[in-house]
Amino acid sequence: MLQTVPAPPPPDVRPTDPAMLAIRGLHAAYGQSEVLHGLDIAVAPGEIVAVMGRNGMGKSTLMKTLMGILPATFGTIAVDGHDVTGLKSHARVARGLAYVPQGRMIFSTMTVQENIETGLTVTGARRVPEDLYAMFPVLLEMKGRRGGNLSGGQQQQLAIARALASRPKVLLLDEPTEGIQPSIIREMGRTLKAIRDARGLSIVVSEQVLSFALDVADRVLVIENGAIVHESPRADIDEAQVARFLSV
Amino acid sequence: MFGDYSLGDLGAIFAMQGFAGLILFSVYLLMALGLAIIFGQMGVINMAHGEFMILGAYVTYLCSTFFQSYLPGLFPISFFVAMGLAFLASGALGMLVEWGLIRFLYKRPLDTLLATWGLSLILQQAYRSIFGAREVGVELPAWLIGSVQVTDTIEVPINGLFVMAVTLLITGAVALLIFRSRFGQQMRAVMANRAMAGAVGIDTDKVDRTTFGLGCGIAGVAGSAFTMIGSTGPTSGQLYIVDTFLIVVFGGAASLVGTIASAFSISQTQSTLEFFLSGSMAKVLTLLAVVGILMLRPQGLFTLKVRR
Repeated sequence: MLQTVPAPPPPDVRPTDPAMLAIRGLHAAYGQSEVLHGLDIAVAPGEIVAVMGRNGMGKSTLMKTLMGILPATFGTIAVDGHDVTGLKSHARVARGLAYVPQGRMIFSTMTVQENIETGLTVTGARRVPEDLYAMFPVLLEMKGRRGGNLSGGQQQQLAIARALASRPKVLLLDEPTEGIQPSIIREMGRTLKAIRDARGLSIVVSEQVLSFALDVADRVLVIENGAIVHESPRADIDEAQVARFLSV
Repeated sequence: MFGDYSLGDLGAIFAMQGFAGLILFSVYLLMALGLAIIFGQMGVINMAHGEFMILGAYVTYLCSTFFQSYLPGLFPISFFVAMGLAFLASGALGMLVEWGLIRFLYKRPLDTLLATWGLSLILQQAYRSIFGAREVGVELPAWLIGSVQVTDTIEVPINGLFVMAVTLLITGAVALLIFRSRFGQQMRAVMANRAMAGAVGIDTDKVDRTTFGLGCGIAGVAGSAFTMIGSTGPTSGQLYIVDTFLIVVFGGAASLVGTIASAFSISQTQSTLEFFLSGSMAKVLTLLAVVGILMLRPQGLFTLKVRR
């Protein structure tokens, strides 16, 4: 009996991609020297993923490439099913990416409130939402101060608030613990999980501090020389093995 | 050099030269505002800024001629229309230039210097071809002619007062725009950190284009004001560009107050000295003083104190 074979669906048109952030075969380079050699990462909605690795292994490059500050030479980046690979930074923010860079990059001559308001650009809102100040009460106290005059920990909170103001689906944090005192690092871990629980967003955080990564992440990836060399859910992570990757 | 004048005469001279200096201050300030905004925002030194000013002056000339021939009844208000049109014309040309030329050169600051210099030559020749090499003067409406007699020896011209009022208004409007509006906030964010401004969702290309247009538009208004104190020729803008640079650098780039203070001090020094010395000696002394102060304070008069 003759049977009609149903045509297989084209491979790339998956109507419901389970990943909130899907990175496929991502390459990136500074001029001629390639730094990322084909990364594949999928982040589920509401998942916190820590990307660990030593200095110079490509963590910050990954973040900058995701944000469109550095162009991807090959591969695709998709947010919530939409391809953003060819978009400029601001269009990626409109698609749901938000970024807390290494060194925080606060607009130092602008006030705290103005810094948060810059994050509102893509939402069209005119006022800082109350829930942001509720999350970071210290920013409400200091809203008239210049961003550059805040302490490191306060600047970190400001950078996170500024990123959250654009109502992101995926929050990228590049080495958030750098230059922050230990008590505030623990506090920040709690805050990140609270943000995830309250808003259901996905978080990708690059880290060198293992204890912080184990505290916040659902899954830990290790990046070395621009490639993922180890991946493990937190539940059955081999701490000693990850620590070996991180030791200099 | 003061010996030949009585004390009363000296007072009157200082007052009137001071006032003449205020008109110069107005033109300098408007020019410097535009230049400073563009330089602060994208690090582009716009060598064609003087030509954008002259475009505004020619627009004012055309506008007043048009009103004289076709709408003589409305001639008294022609100046306000001319200022608006000058702003729009220079601003539109500025945005066109940003789109067609400057945006390809952001990563090559030295090339922008050459490119905008070339642009200034092109514009000068265009003015020469269109309006002729002869300088043109703008006829003032009756209410702007004459002067106010303050004392026996001191009188101040009405058009000077008018130019100053317009300048103050525009400076205030620019300050409001930069420090209170949402657009100004985006401008300052791009100025502080371009990559980060993009990463918080600001369309930096659009902000650049609008800023360039705004800076050129203000130069156009400066040109409108300029028609009251000088006659307009294809190369008149060149005389102002160097002084304007000096003001931006002296005031401290990216400081509005600094720009105002430096425009004021330079124009006053120049104007007062010009009465007692020749024009070029006045310029030499002013320049020497500025160079001396910049050696002591390389960052300019005013800078913001924050951790960066």
